[in-house]
Amino acid sequence: MSARSNILAKLRKSLDNTTPLPDDYDVELVTKPWSYPLAERITRLRTLMEAVHTETYLSTQEEWHTRVEQILNERHIGRLLIAPTTPYGQHLIKQWQSRNGTPTLKAYDRPIEEWKAELFNDTPASLTGTLGAIAATGSLVLWPNTEEPRLMSLVPPLHIALLKASEIADNFYTFQETHRWRDGMPTNALLISGPSKTADIEQVLAYGAHGPKDLIVMILKDA
Amino acid sequence: MNQMTLIPITQIPEPAFKERARQALNDDQLRRNFRIAMDSLMTKRLAVMSDTDERERLREMGNHVRARALSKLPDLLEKLEDNLTRNGIHVHWAETVDEANAIVESIAKAHQAKRLIKGKSMVSEEMNMNHVLGEHGIECLESDMGEYIIQLAGQKPSHIIMPAIHMNAGQVASLFTKTLGTEYTTDVDELIQTGRRVLRQKFFEADIGISGVNFAIAETGTLLLVENEGNGRMSTAVPPVHIAVTGIEKVVENLRDVVPLLSLLTRSALGQPITTYVNMISSPRKSNELDGPQEVHLVLLDNGRSQAFADGELRQTLNCIRCGACMNHCPVYTRIGGHAYGTVYPGPIGKIISPHLLGLENTPDHPSASSLCGACEEVCPVKIPIPSLLRRLREENVKSPEAVPYRLRGQGSKFSSKERMAWKVWSKLYASPTLYRSFVYLATRFRSFTPGKAGPWTEHHVAQKPAARSLHELAREHLEESQ
Repeated sequence: MSARSNILAKLRKSLDNTTPLPDDYDVELVTKPWSYPLAERITRLRTLMEAVHTETYLSTQEEWHTRVEQILNERHIGRLLIAPTTPYGQHLIKQWQSRNGTPTLKAYDRPIEEWKAELFNDTPASLTGTLGAIAATGSLVLWPNTEEPRLMSLVPPLHIALLKASEIADNFYTFQETHRWRDGMPTNALLISGPSKTADIEQVLAYGAHGPKDLIVMILKDA
Repeated sequence: MNQMTLIPITQIPEPAFKERARQALNDDQLRRNFRIAMDSLMTKRLAVMSDTDERERLREMGNHVRARALSKLPDLLEKLEDNLTRNGIHVHWAETVDEANAIVESIAKAHQAKRLIKGKSMVSEEMNMNHVLGEHGIECLESDMGEYIIQLAGQKPSHIIMPAIHMNAGQVASLFTKTLGTEYTTDVDELIQTGRRVLRQKFFEADIGISGVNFAIAETGTLLLVENEGNGRMSTAVPPVHIAVTGIEKVVENLRDVVPLLSLLTRSALGQPITTYVNMISSPRKSNELDGPQEVHLVLLDNGRSQAFADGELRQTLNCIRCGACMNHCPVYTRIGGHAYGTVYPGPIGKIISPHLLGLENTPDHPSASSLCGACEEVCPVKIPIPSLLRRLREENVKSPEAVPYRLRGQGSKFSSKERMAWKVWSKLYASPTLYRSFVYLATRFRSFTPGKAGPWTEHHVAQKPAARSLHELAREHLEESQ
């Protein structure tokens, strides 16, 4: 007998003459206390994210790249990692290719094995899109894919995320339902609610544990 | 590594627990560290769970979600396996920690892996994975800051969420100076940056990443992990191979089930509305993806859980989502700390799960190390009736080891035929008025023959001596006089 069959047999025997409990999932309980008028969603998201050291900015589809440039220059960051085939990547390439100066763009266009050291040691900042956000908990939702790989939002010390204001959902339940997550999950889906942090020493909160030290969210007004 | 690394996991010599508890009670620094930490964790929890109605309804829902998953556990495990396999994740089953270690070791060998980096995993602590793999020449390094600190110190976690909570910044600073050669500083930011620097290189070099699992979702074949530091993401996304280890009870039926559980978990554990990262992994790197592990494995470990599962009452132990709130609110845990228990899971949850993992013979005093104050049950996000389960384990502990049906490993470890006889006599005496009166008459008249020593009682108390006249007698006389 394999471990698998032994374990399953023991569990089945223990459930002899029992019936499975019904699914009495209380949708209202996980949605109603966590619902907000449209205008409040942005405020709540910003408040919660800023409470854990995220910087948030309101911007527009037309001018966000200027803001990003300004932020990076203020921080003396000369290079930004982008996903070159995404609309945001395309936009930056178009806007910045004709100008001289910093920051320059670095495209994530090869398998990690070919440039792992560079990603770890010489990539100070990255820019990604988001699938949306969750107002209830102040979380961004990322859905890394072939164009925008998962390490982009993890390894560089500064992560800049672009978020369309119209894609902020009330709560996690609504988000899952709207995007029909149960019909298929990607390789990796993420909720990110701030820069990385730890309170493992004396419960003193310290930012920049293993992931990004700084997280900047550009909320783009699109509605 | 010093001796502490070798705290025996499968055998806990008695009276080690009591002795360790006594030592902990005399350690002022330890008690101060725990008191401060637990007070703060209790306050934080309450701050994010201040709406009593919402909190209580959500706890009820959390209980229902977990109980429903357990009520169809074997089916859900098979469904989980099917969906994970379809997604390209390899699923392994282990009845014992030895089997689980052998699985991890064989995967490591197949990849000629020498360097493993681990996100936080309590199941890997159950397996004593670092030590076992270390014996086979495979380095297994902790990357959660707290776990890293205690691994450097050669210790074990003292709390399931905050493993190094027993240490203060000064102690960590001395440890870093001694082991890493850094300059002494008690600045927590600087200490964390030291950890970040050392471990970044380790993530970079690692051949395999190890993690635990908070919820395994059967419906979609997804492993969900929560964390704040990013080490869990690093461990599961950077190395070419990822191995997740988890207990068989961690499965939930549907994706939406994690909504209430996640909210209960992070709020109860840390007083946070959510952790910085919620990482949902459903497959290894696909052929056209540019990063992520090429291989993902899941090891499902039983290690005594099926014993708890076999009993309808004790099954509730497996509702646990490992938030640690019961520890934070426990007056015993706060005073003796996590190490005194000598088990991987300390505190109230440790006292009800460890007897299944290790056998009652190895944890005979654990169910008794409680005042049954009920704080743990009151805060448990999935409403495990911990005090009732402790009472139940106490009963199992004094049953005859031969009693049938045989339920628990090590049952009757505190069985004493003398004690059993004494209770039999007691129940006879108290069931018969005539016998009782005769006994009391003799006990009061011959009270000078009462023994001066009565076991552990007289170690700390004056020996009890019956009064010259019993209350019954005095009352009867009083009634007769007043008529």
